[in-house]
Amino acid sequence: MATNVTQPGWMTVHGVRLEIVERGQGRPILWLHGEEGLDPGAQFLDLLAGQGSVLAPSHPGFGHSPDVASIDTVDDLSYLYLDLLAERNLRDVTVVGCSMGGWIAAEMAVKCSDRFSGLVLVAPLGIKVGDRETRDIPDIFALPPDEVMRLQYRDPARAAVDHGQLSDDQLTVIVRNREATALYAWEPYFHNPKLRQWLHRIKLPTLLLWGADDRFVTAAYYGDAYRTAIPGARFETIAGAGHFPHIEAPAALVERIRAFVGERKT
Amino acid sequence: MRAWFFSENAYHLLPDPKEYDSIRVKLPNRYYDPKIGADLYHRFIDEWRIAEDLGLEIMVNEHHQTATNLNPSAAVVMGALARDTRKARLLILGNPIANRREPVRVAEEMAMVDVYSRGRLECGFVRGVPYEMSAGNHRPTRMMDRFWEAHDLIVKAWTSHDGPFNWEGKYFHHRQVNIWPRPYQEPHPPIWITALSPSSAREVGARGYVVACFLTGFDGTKVVFGSYRERRAELKLPEPALDRFAYAALVYVGETDEEGYAGARKLMWYLESNKVPPQFTSPPGYHPTASAVNAMKGTNPGIFKMFQKPELGALMEHGLVFAGNPDSVYRQIMKMYDHVGGFGHLLIMGQAGFLDHDETVKGMQMFVREVYPRLKELA
Repeated sequence: MATNVTQPGWMTVHGVRLEIVERGQGRPILWLHGEEGLDPGAQFLDLLAGQGSVLAPSHPGFGHSPDVASIDTVDDLSYLYLDLLAERNLRDVTVVGCSMGGWIAAEMAVKCSDRFSGLVLVAPLGIKVGDRETRDIPDIFALPPDEVMRLQYRDPARAAVDHGQLSDDQLTVIVRNREATALYAWEPYFHNPKLRQWLHRIKLPTLLLWGADDRFVTAAYYGDAYRTAIPGARFETIAGAGHFPHIEAPAALVERIRAFVGERKT
Repeated sequence: MRAWFFSENAYHLLPDPKEYDSIRVKLPNRYYDPKIGADLYHRFIDEWRIAEDLGLEIMVNEHHQTATNLNPSAAVVMGALARDTRKARLLILGNPIANRREPVRVAEEMAMVDVYSRGRLECGFVRGVPYEMSAGNHRPTRMMDRFWEAHDLIVKAWTSHDGPFNWEGKYFHHRQVNIWPRPYQEPHPPIWITALSPSSAREVGARGYVVACFLTGFDGTKVVFGSYRERRAELKLPEPALDRFAYAALVYVGETDEEGYAGARKLMWYLESNKVPPQFTSPPGYHPTASAVNAMKGTNPGIFKMFQKPELGALMEHGLVFAGNPDSVYRQIMKMYDHVGGFGHLLIMGQAGFLDHDETVKGMQMFVREVYPRLKELA
């Protein structure tokens, strides 16, 4: 566990209140969490803060960020975070997102990447790959919870959480994260049917990262579809990680992000 | 008090529970034999006709992708009953309108049953049980927003008689709404809505519809009915009559307590066979956040545990089952009645599982002959 857990702060973007972790100095890095939610005490955030000025918001409905009646799609979230970059007047931002957060990042990048320096998509969801009878993404809402863990983590036993040890606040965050995931990803299930056809608009340096042991969406199938849809995207795998490398291999993930950011420093 | 007979039209011939992990959503339909199913449909329709002959009203509900209920369309079975019956009121409780892609279609079907039955329809709207979310692919979050928008659209469709109106809502779009037929009853069939929580009860109370509680026991029901009454008082609306409140329980009347309990034990099949894993009982956003947290801590009220391990004694003690000889059943119903401030409708779940036709009819006859006359006096 992290030793120097700092409490998240708050910011308001276009009237929307967001819980946000801000840590580190230097060029901005926007971290977009996925369905697992934001853990302000995660070692990953400290390591990432060694590479730049990290902004890590909890999406509306996740963590302690309030629900917002008018925000209920990933499309909304992508505009919200484009507004965040504009309101802070940030430039040369490295946008990093994992899983559903990768989907948000991809939706931002197809719309407007003027403020981006690069895009890092970690096992992003958001596209339809197979035909209508192919379930590209396992149905987390219909599978037993332990099976979802087995699919998403390389080492599910280590990732398991004993709910009996958690405070009401921590349990509430887990429940809210699940609710918010259902809000944004229930239907169409974790994807935008239109996104894949517009990914070609991403002209940025783009790094696709995939946990080598991701059983949830595999590098060979889902990852490959993403790689071929974004011209020039580089694809790398991370050993020792499942679907959430920032949880299972944070140092390796940050090292890849460091190298990617470093390549474009002038 | 008015009594309504309903059955879930269950398909009770299930495989060994070891062979499946869920009776809802994913039990393969190869376990369903349509020839037996056809016999069951005809038997259950016969039982509703007998209920009418005995002087009971008729209630039908619907569920999806489950062996516990073979009415995936309440409108279809009620269409048959509208033709086969002459005097009973016909309650659909209900249409799961938050889960319907086309509320206008619901408005049409309900208007059709109302006309077909010459104005005997009582139209219920329900949120639907949590297992319906996967069965229908319906998002469990913000369901009540969708529910009330669907309700508003249906009521407007029923009550608009001057050609098409436009609807471009948050959840539903329909630019030329102009249903044929329009309802038989003016301005529209009576509306019933089920409620489990105080907040839903307040919404129903504000509108003055009938609020119905299913197996919510003494305290749950008292909270719902109380919230309904409170909301009306806050809004300075007239005090609700008893006919605004309905309670549903498993009911079996025997000549002796033992016979009544034996019938009730067979009705308990509905609870005992309801094997459903957590991903279907608790889709995210269906239950309030605080209840989901309590479920993780294992601190939800005891009534939830009863559904996991149903026992007749506990079910009767909590008012989910009324069973025994006529005097016993009357006393049990009145205990609930007094506890919750009275109610005007008793919804009798009177058939389930292996309760056969003769037993089902005997339970109804005993209720009608020995208990119902005393309840009817409670106007």
